[in-house]
Amino acid sequence: MKETKVMLFFSRWKIITILSICFVAFCYALPNIFPAEAIKSWPTWLPKKQIPLGLDLRGGAHLLYTLDANKLRASMLRNLRRDVRKTLISAKIKHIAGRGENGIRVRISNKEDMLNALEKIRQLSQPSLSGVLLNNSKEELTVTQVSDKIIHVFINEASVRNSLAETINGAIEIIRRRVNSFGTAEPNIMRQGTDRILVQVPGVEDTSSLKDLIGKTAKLTFHEVHPTNGILSTFQPARGEYRSYPSAENSSNFYNFYFLKEIPVLRGDLLKNALQGYDQFTNEPVISFTFNQEGARIFAKFTTQNINRPFAIVLDGKVLSAPVIREPILGGSGQISGGFSSKTANELAIQLRSGSLPADLTVVEERTVGPSLGSDSIKSGLIAGTVGIAAVILITILVYGTFGIFAVLGLILNGIFIVALMTKIGFVLTLPGIAGLILTIGMAVDANVLIYERIKEELACGKKAIVAIDLGFKRAIVTIFDSQLTTLVAAIIMFWLGSGPIRGFAITLSIGIFTSIFTSMVIVRALVSLWFQTKRKKGRDIIVPI
Amino acid sequence: MSLIPHIKGRSLFQPSKNNIDFVTLSNYLLTSSIATVLLSLVFLAVQGLNYGVDFRGGSIIEIRSKNGPPNIESLRETVGSLGLGDIQIQTFGTDSDLLIRVEQQKGGEKAQQYALERILSTIGENYEKRRAETVGPTVSEELRTTGLIAVLCSVLAIICYVWFRFEWQFAVGAVVALVHDIIITIGVFSIFQLEFDLSTVAALMTILGYSVNDTVVVSDRIRENLKKYKKISLSSLVNRSINETLARTLMTSLTTLIVLLAIYIFGGQVIRNFTFAMMFGVIIGTYSSIFILGPLLMKLDVKRDWPNASNS
Repeated sequence: MKETKVMLFFSRWKIITILSICFVAFCYALPNIFPAEAIKSWPTWLPKKQIPLGLDLRGGAHLLYTLDANKLRASMLRNLRRDVRKTLISAKIKHIAGRGENGIRVRISNKEDMLNALEKIRQLSQPSLSGVLLNNSKEELTVTQVSDKIIHVFINEASVRNSLAETINGAIEIIRRRVNSFGTAEPNIMRQGTDRILVQVPGVEDTSSLKDLIGKTAKLTFHEVHPTNGILSTFQPARGEYRSYPSAENSSNFYNFYFLKEIPVLRGDLLKNALQGYDQFTNEPVISFTFNQEGARIFAKFTTQNINRPFAIVLDGKVLSAPVIREPILGGSGQISGGFSSKTANELAIQLRSGSLPADLTVVEERTVGPSLGSDSIKSGLIAGTVGIAAVILITILVYGTFGIFAVLGLILNGIFIVALMTKIGFVLTLPGIAGLILTIGMAVDANVLIYERIKEELACGKKAIVAIDLGFKRAIVTIFDSQLTTLVAAIIMFWLGSGPIRGFAITLSIGIFTSIFTSMVIVRALVSLWFQTKRKKGRDIIVPI
Repeated sequence: MSLIPHIKGRSLFQPSKNNIDFVTLSNYLLTSSIATVLLSLVFLAVQGLNYGVDFRGGSIIEIRSKNGPPNIESLRETVGSLGLGDIQIQTFGTDSDLLIRVEQQKGGEKAQQYALERILSTIGENYEKRRAETVGPTVSEELRTTGLIAVLCSVLAIICYVWFRFEWQFAVGAVVALVHDIIITIGVFSIFQLEFDLSTVAALMTILGYSVNDTVVVSDRIRENLKKYKKISLSSLVNRSINETLARTLMTSLTTLIVLLAIYIFGGQVIRNFTFAMMFGVIIGTYSSIFILGPLLMKLDVKRDWPNASNS
């Protein structure tokens, strides 16, 4: 009876461990079959978490944004050229600076200035001095002297990458704030790869208003108005630092254009806060804003210098209003009016608060599922699962009799384990995930089939029941590992490369592999061993019922 | 335990009684296998695949008519007049559900969304929007590449695994069986112009796993028998191994096919394509593990001088 000890004997503590594992799994899986409201009244010690449903099951919008790295690089180059020019001009070095594909080329007019120019440009590379590019990478620029008059300045690839990462992270924050203000539950906003942002908002069907909210740049600027010729009835070509800006009101307003200084006095990014409110006299919806310290300082200086002259508030290139400065505004706060409704004022305030999205973000993939399709999918998944699993149970019991019942118990526990693990870890369940779950249960029978067929063969060779059962489990285990491992390989690659729903399928498939090895090799074996022991106590000849 | 009734199982497939000459059979079938593979390749080359929105780009919109069966013709006319290129409208699952396919628009990412918005606003209030997917040119191209890489990676990983676990002849056998399954499954998608998308790729990868699973089980048995029986001819040894594992192979295929059939019938239109690919793959995978692996091993002349099996 040595062999019984090896495979068919389960000590008391082992049985207890198995039973407690099953109990814990059952507790974790349980909340999933109840509606969310019913769970709230459960005792505190019971787990209450449910499997999070994917967008394809609960309905919602999925947007994938891409940040154009080339545009970012171009804007970095523009800034670099501006900085180089500023530095050289302030050092009184005559030069010409031109933009190339990856860097800028500076021609110094006098050879004698070369060393000075090199030093000045190299200082730009010090993060603390430039401030315009990045502030966390050490060497941003490669500065090389090409000839006695020409310097090439390149932005290092690492710093472009850094900048891209920072821009993406900034954009994620902005999108998060904007989506949260949309008022829907549990939006999921995350980075994907190096230059992508995934936005998933459950329960939203109207993607165009979501996209509008996310994508709106809300670029607020404050401009100086031309001293003599500020308000125009028709478009005027740009003159000097001034150019025409259209009015935001597209009514039959006489003043259709404003002639403003192109470089703004102040930008919206210096705003500390913006809130929707009402004008205390007219009760018209307005946006009240507060500048940060720097903004307040500039605003105070500007308003002091320009008393009794108008200044223009420009949103996304259109003039909202051009109030006249009556007195210096020193506290750094003010209000904007411009024919808003309280809704548009509120939206604009949100956009101003959350800042503008840093660079061009484009939607490259968009998927929405309506709530009706989602609930239909859940229903059909449930029906398919019930029918499929019932059929498998029937066949298994038909073919393997009593041992088939053990296998079926194993299968049911397998299902509970998968659901429990997914709930505990918080993996998202998708429609292909449900298919994966059903399929896993269908395929999990394989382990039992391998064992039972082996037992049959050993019995056919004339071996005693106990030896046959023992050999069946022992020999099948190698094959089970082999066959499950290959499926696991495919599932892992699928998870690695897939997205959304496909990942859900890969997850259930992989979890199912581990749980089905456990149920067939531990639970079904324990059941068979219990059966064997009861039979032996009765002292009759043991006939394996398969 | 005494609660458990003593139920005797009834074998659907009797392993001990089977003695089918698979090796001779497969020599006949080999020609038709090769022909099917070639046919699939020809269709792939000539007709290509009917890519779904994931790989082709553009949009699909699923809508449901709110008032009875929809008038597809008039919808086709209104949507067609928007000038958004080739637009297909067909029923989807039920009579009141429609699927609109819009080809990829020229003019980059933004053009795709513009097209989608135009169509959605044209469809109007008589329809409920069930689902809309738009994939831009960059993503569709990426998905095509990753899909291909995924399948190739899986094949490669599985080859490595089988090679590591068995002798090279088995690895070659497994690979030929796998490639056979994959090509024929893709071929069916090409011949019948079924929609080939990301979920089809997922199905293909699962088929890979399943097919190799079957192949491994048969290989395991052949190797075990190679150690056990040194005197009998290779062909009767392969025959014996396939017959011994036949009950298992068929039983597992049966349960897997049954759940797949349940998903195919009841699981909804959205995953019907996926389930179809899986069902087809399971059948072809079962076939290849019975009829492809064995004869290949014979042709590759697997070694016979194994150390003695520790047979009890």
